[in-house]
Amino acid sequence: MSLNSEKQYIDLYQEARDLICRHSAPVINSLRDKAFADFCRIGFPGKKLEKYKYTDIKSCFAPDYGLNLNRVPMQVDPYKTFKCDVPNISTSLFFVLNDIFYVPEKKTGNMPDGVLMMSLKEAAELHPELVEKYYGKLASTENDGINAFNTAFVQDGVFLYVPDNVVLEKPIQLINIMNAKMDMMANRRILVVLGKNAQAKMLICDHAELGAKYLSTQVAEIYAGENSVFDYYELEETGSNNVRICNTYVEQSASSNVLVNGVTLTNGLTRNHVNVVLNGENAEIALNGIATVDKNQHIDNNTNIEHRYSRCTSNELFKYVLDDEAVGAFAGRVKVCQDAQKTVSQQTNKNLCLTRESHMYTQPQLEIYADDVKCSHGATVGQLDENAVFYMQQRGLSKKEAMTLLMFAFVNEVVDSIRMEPLKDRLHMLVEKRFRGELSKCSSCAKCK
Amino acid sequence: MLEIKDLHASIDGKEILKGINLTINPGEVHAIMGPNGSGKSTLSSVLVGNPAFEVTKGSITFNGKNVLEMSPEDRSREGMFLSFQYPVEIPGVSMVNFMRAAVNEHRKYKNLPPLSASEFLKLMREKRAVVELDNKLANRSVNEGFSGGEKKKNEIFQMAMLEPKLSILDETDSGLDIDALRIVAEGVNKLKTPETSTIVITHYQRLLDYIKPDIVHVLYKGRIVKTAGPELALELEEKGYDWIKKELGE
Repeated sequence: MSLNSEKQYIDLYQEARDLICRHSAPVINSLRDKAFADFCRIGFPGKKLEKYKYTDIKSCFAPDYGLNLNRVPMQVDPYKTFKCDVPNISTSLFFVLNDIFYVPEKKTGNMPDGVLMMSLKEAAELHPELVEKYYGKLASTENDGINAFNTAFVQDGVFLYVPDNVVLEKPIQLINIMNAKMDMMANRRILVVLGKNAQAKMLICDHAELGAKYLSTQVAEIYAGENSVFDYYELEETGSNNVRICNTYVEQSASSNVLVNGVTLTNGLTRNHVNVVLNGENAEIALNGIATVDKNQHIDNNTNIEHRYSRCTSNELFKYVLDDEAVGAFAGRVKVCQDAQKTVSQQTNKNLCLTRESHMYTQPQLEIYADDVKCSHGATVGQLDENAVFYMQQRGLSKKEAMTLLMFAFVNEVVDSIRMEPLKDRLHMLVEKRFRGELSKCSSCAKCK
Repeated sequence: MLEIKDLHASIDGKEILKGINLTINPGEVHAIMGPNGSGKSTLSSVLVGNPAFEVTKGSITFNGKNVLEMSPEDRSREGMFLSFQYPVEIPGVSMVNFMRAAVNEHRKYKNLPPLSASEFLKLMREKRAVVELDNKLANRSVNEGFSGGEKKKNEIFQMAMLEPKLSILDETDSGLDIDALRIVAEGVNKLKTPETSTIVITHYQRLLDYIKPDIVHVLYKGRIVKTAGPELALELEEKGYDWIKKELGE
């Protein structure tokens, strides 16, 4: 398996390089060969790499997936056929089908002047100097096989630009849909740039239709300018036929405030890496996540927060509920550099294992090189409080109902950190449905019905 | 109403109850007293079906039904209520949601439709007054950060909400100051009807000054060794348990 995983893609790249480039933009193409060379050198990350020890990435790529390098569009209008589980929450709605940005027929939402929300390819053609300045600068291909692979093969993605002093009131909602008749791989890119004092919210919903196996890689780069405010929510509701490998990079300037919240409601195998650099004084990051996994699902959240300047704050809270034979992993590293005095950092990971067969690996890490900081970290793995279950039964609740309420309460702490009220309400409901076993399919999706 | 016959129960293989016999009729208040470790709390736990305890022998019938075959939730829905000695804190579950779920489960069991939101809130308001429970507490997570007194008030509040036929008060007086004791006891008395019965487990006469028992039992080493009228509690307060031990030949 070790070499074969890479070989099919190395061959493919050499054969199809021109085709890949033809359907992309020069700025995106400009990093391609270097990324490919890096990929040939380092390959897919193996389990021997500390950062990837809980997820066997290599074997994820072993199957023969198709790639839509010719950019054949899907013959559907997602605005008509697809309804996400998070509908009607007054967002500007966009779709990415597999890895193709769906260009809406009419202009979606009224964006303030100067805001760009479009396909990355289009942006790279219309505003090459802007995209070039940011594209691929955070997601280095030097030493990460996923970044290298994605950068070599990616053709398009999503670009959001919010200029200085512009507040985007309406959240952007981006729905990724994997849908193909044959096994399919998608390589996506997200680039978000917020200027000084800019504000925006983005919600990404991940769906995978039944029928084929999917693998998606997604590399997101987010630049939060000075004093900007950005919310980034990811909600995965895919199935056992889906592999999602996702690297997210956030760079924050002074006094910026960013919230990253990743919710894995249903999935197959998911690996999320979030890397945050606090690159200016008084920057603040809240990095949260929920995973509710059962059957043979696998969720691996790997995070890294680097405090480079003084007086920054990071709050990290991840909660998992694992049922059946599900496997969860959380590794969170917080690095406080020598100059980052007065850092406040808190990291918490709490996990419920509902069965003896479920597994949780947790690895909180704190590296402190400054001497005047307030940092804490903690992790727990346990079961539901039997005394609480019995107490509730004594008041007339069935054992199942009591357990559901307790699980719901357990993850609610994370849901409550969401700063989009309609999404919060919706997630309360979705999480409850999930625990009641009513979320094997998305309820409002026209395709699933 | 409640009939316990030759009840034996153990925890982790250690026998705690060694043949309890007890009959409680509608409208009666029974006090169960006894030295530490005599099995009082075990008896209350076994009555409501705490899975930590194993019943090895004997029977419990409640209004003609075999209690030992019922799940803890069904015992509750049938009208058995335990005011816990140590109420459990449940972070993240609000009192309102918890009580709404409980009340509606009870109603479902009786084939009644669930209460509407406004009916439910009205009921909450009404019952809160019984024990002077602060509205703020009702909106917080169950027992989380409640003081000892608030926790006990909250138990009686839940009792008021569920209107049980048999209430078991397990050391409800422990951890209460004099004012809270009076409020809690008055709450219990207000809820009393000629059809409902109460078991009061306590160490002290103090609580029985407020909640007047009809019958007082002394539980010792897993058996009821003495049963008499309310005067027995006064005698115990005065003389302790040694004279009973002597009577038993110890």
